[in-house]
Amino acid sequence: MDLQTAAQINSFLAAFVLLTAFGMLAQKRISSLIHLFAWQGFLLSVNTAIVGYLANKHHLYISSVLTLSLKVVLLPYILHVLVVRLKIRREVETLVNIPMTMLIGLALVIFSYHLTAPVRELSTLITRSTLAIALATVMIGLLMMITRKHAVTQIIGFLALENGLFFAATSATYGMPLVVELGVALDVLIAAFIFGIFFFHIHTTFDSLNVEQMARLKEED
Amino acid sequence: MILLILLGVPLVAAAALGFIGDRRLAPEINIIGSAATCAAGFDLAFQVYEHGPMMAGGKFFFVDAFNVYLAVLTSFVSMTTAVFSRRYMRREREHGRVGHVGMRFYHAMFQLFIFAMLLCLLTNNIGVLWIAMELATLSTVLLVSLYRTPTAIEAAWKYFILCGVGISLALFGTVLLYFAAEKVLGEGGDALLWTNLSQVTGQLEPTVLSLAFVFLMVGYGTKVGLVPLHNWLPDAHSEGPTPISAVLSGLLLNIALYALVRCKVLVDGSTHTHHAGNIMMGFGLLSILVAAFSLLRQKDIKRMFSYSSIEHMGIATFAFGLGGPIATFGALLHMLVHSLAKSAIFFTVGHASQMHRTQEMDKIQGLIRGNPLVGWGLMFGVMAIVGMPPFGIFTSEFLILTATIKDAPLMTPFLLLGLGVAFAALFRKVQPMVAGEVPSNQRSMKVSHLPVLFHMLLVLVVGLYLPDFLSRWFHTAVEVLK
Amino acid sequence: MSMSPLVIEALQVALLIGGAPLFIGWVRMLKCWTQNRSSASIFQPYRDLAKLLSKDVVLAGNASWIFRFTPYLVFGTVILAGAVVPMLYLKLPLAPSADVIVLVGLFSIARFFTALAGMDIGTAFGGMGSSREMLVASLAEPAMLMAIFTVSLANRSTSLSHIAGVIYSGQSLFKPSLSFAFIAYILITLAETGRIPVDNPSTHLELTMLHEAMILEYSGRHLALIEWAGMMKLFIFMALGSALFFPMGIASVDDPLMIVIAGAVLLLKLAASAVVLVLIETGLAKMRLFRLTEFLGSAFLMATLGMLSFFILE
Repeated sequence: MDLQTAAQINSFLAAFVLLTAFGMLAQKRISSLIHLFAWQGFLLSVNTAIVGYLANKHHLYISSVLTLSLKVVLLPYILHVLVVRLKIRREVETLVNIPMTMLIGLALVIFSYHLTAPVRELSTLITRSTLAIALATVMIGLLMMITRKHAVTQIIGFLALENGLFFAATSATYGMPLVVELGVALDVLIAAFIFGIFFFHIHTTFDSLNVEQMARLKEED
Repeated sequence: MILLILLGVPLVAAAALGFIGDRRLAPEINIIGSAATCAAGFDLAFQVYEHGPMMAGGKFFFVDAFNVYLAVLTSFVSMTTAVFSRRYMRREREHGRVGHVGMRFYHAMFQLFIFAMLLCLLTNNIGVLWIAMELATLSTVLLVSLYRTPTAIEAAWKYFILCGVGISLALFGTVLLYFAAEKVLGEGGDALLWTNLSQVTGQLEPTVLSLAFVFLMVGYGTKVGLVPLHNWLPDAHSEGPTPISAVLSGLLLNIALYALVRCKVLVDGSTHTHHAGNIMMGFGLLSILVAAFSLLRQKDIKRMFSYSSIEHMGIATFAFGLGGPIATFGALLHMLVHSLAKSAIFFTVGHASQMHRTQEMDKIQGLIRGNPLVGWGLMFGVMAIVGMPPFGIFTSEFLILTATIKDAPLMTPFLLLGLGVAFAALFRKVQPMVAGEVPSNQRSMKVSHLPVLFHMLLVLVVGLYLPDFLSRWFHTAVEVLK
Repeated sequence: MSMSPLVIEALQVALLIGGAPLFIGWVRMLKCWTQNRSSASIFQPYRDLAKLLSKDVVLAGNASWIFRFTPYLVFGTVILAGAVVPMLYLKLPLAPSADVIVLVGLFSIARFFTALAGMDIGTAFGGMGSSREMLVASLAEPAMLMAIFTVSLANRSTSLSHIAGVIYSGQSLFKPSLSFAFIAYILITLAETGRIPVDNPSTHLELTMLHEAMILEYSGRHLALIEWAGMMKLFIFMALGSALFFPMGIASVDDPLMIVIAGAVLLLKLAASAVVLVLIETGLAKMRLFRLTEFLGSAFLMATLGMLSFFILE
């Protein structure tokens, strides 16, 4: 595999990461969302390995394996178990309708493109152009958390956002130092357990995972 | 070595407490652990005071005047909080608000939280700083929902989601920072070390750093509780157990501000402009004003004081943004005295609400008659927090105000307005609670004296005369932050 | 030896007019096979057309000139469109006269008049069909343009011959933007040519039909022309797709042998694309009308993502 092909595969994977992000934005069924999330993690993991090859950075192989085990296997598995246990199938209605969310998503992609322009100009890495996609993935994750009212979808949005951050680190700098990557992975793992506990708490207290019911704490006049 | 003890003790204590669970001696072990940490903190401070900044663990840890004083503060306040929580949590346990599992969890997570905060302060690596900050959030999320009431779960969920998102943006900022640093310092972990970064700030790419600062500001700003990113704060502080409110308000906000200021120093060095400072001033001033006016509308006592925390964090952020030796000095002092005064207030508030078994201010009355320590403690605490002389907050706010009049005169009226409204609001709300007859729903109980007295005494001492070592210390810190 | 470009042009138009019914016959045959039915002959569409052409036209009393004029106009515009798309030869003489945007315009003229004719008689079905058709058009056309813009951007031209030429020379094939545009193009083709899941070409159920409802009042040679134009439209969309995304085999020199080879390759590609089309049609059920927005919205999204990834990644 020569560098040219590797760079092309890299940009292809970036495009597909963006596609999965939009897919998640459009998807209402939670099990499909989890699959999409796993796919996104898989693309990222492959991408990290390719960037590791491109840049000859061996620690990226470790983060690739870490991503594979954490975001493709473990987290989707946990989510799946929770969804089955709590008998969740469908998302409740979204706050903003789907086509509108898509358009906002597109606007966010353009916004990220402009925001990362200075970095793109300064960078000499082959992967520099994917940084905009990474930031867009972050923004779309954020958008998903804002527009969805289901606790599980919000968490998937949060994890997708985290995926975007990981992607950003790979594309802007060929990955953060290993100690940081490991620490971030640890934090994600802890977060996974915490939201798992949370789902049960919310479910037992509110009888559903619709976070709209959680609106007691407001400023009263 | 001392660092190892300082960080190791809370970690070991967390594991031990997780293992012991809800036994008789758990609160005592919690206190002993925090006390040991506190002792180690003082020792570290002494060493730094004697020998100047130090590095340890292959540059992994770095201690200078700025973070060591926060480390001492953190370990000290967590010790007094542990003392306070012994009696407080026992009563909550008796009232049946917490169970076995909850208590086990509470103690273990309390220690883990202290560990995360200390790691945040002492690490030299900006990436690890981020990780520790996230760890601090995660360890407190389930403490906020400890009571399992619908509102507590809602508050914890908000806290989890909003802070999670906020801090993720800070990670993006950190990635950008690393991107800029890598160009100058080469790849690898060294490029994220603050000591290395601060030496080469001039060479870092200004455009990238200003972009990074926007993300860092939004990210860590969420944790500081700056308006308009503050939504989680009043909920999380009012729904969790009171000791947790005390450490969240008194310590965690400080730590987040610490992270922000560290990043600001780098950005300023690179851009040579005042943009970062201006952004911080804007956020700070907005927080002061919004929080001050929100104070007027509060009914829940803990909620009210969490708005007061937003206001004070706003003041400190504003002052750091203003820059210059006087404002920075004031901000450092403000972080110290606010932390002490606010945790003292939360201690008394915790007792007061336990005495009345409600957090609604309408139903709390006659505290001075009912329990003089709680009543006067709250009264003096509020006097301190609104900035009345002779308490320390008067000194720090006076310094900040002076610097504002000199450097940014146009901001002065807004700052004064915020302070004035907060003053009026807090007094109007607190006065009926402490005064008056003892209502029928109040019951007397034993309270923890020491933490409240100790904190108030310190705030008073700092206000009356700033000890020489402390002021020299702050001067060194101001040098670091220039 | 070389052929005059005009001859090639004429040859292409003849191939379009003559080949379109064959192509439809092939699609129908494949469809029968996938559904385990025995199929009609592949030449059945010719017989249908011949039958219709030999019948008299029955006109409603209140039919205006628009109604009578539309079949010829539709037939003409489609042939014009077919003359512009490089199917056999890259440097067609008519190609410089129209680029991709004009091509989209030609199709919308045909659609506009069909919709008018649908409403002309004043029956309920005609109006309903027109309104549905315009709904689809209003969503499909922006997506179509977006996909085409993406391809044009990637190849730095809106001229079909130029685009095909650039990809032909192997400069840009393996690109995220083009693959997104391709996916979008497939979705739009399904919508524009009235295939499942957007429309069902073989139904006359009043609740589900779109295109058929509009032309319900036509008979005789008018109907023959419109049906024929519909066949050619599918043919053109397939040929356009292969010209834009897989132009291999199109002759770049006017050697008769190359032209013949190009014709053979075109037929092969069409045969293959029919397989894909039938697989899609068999695999999917027809969508409810209200879900079409989502379907075409995703086509638009794909095309836009293609365009964005062109800017970001290339």
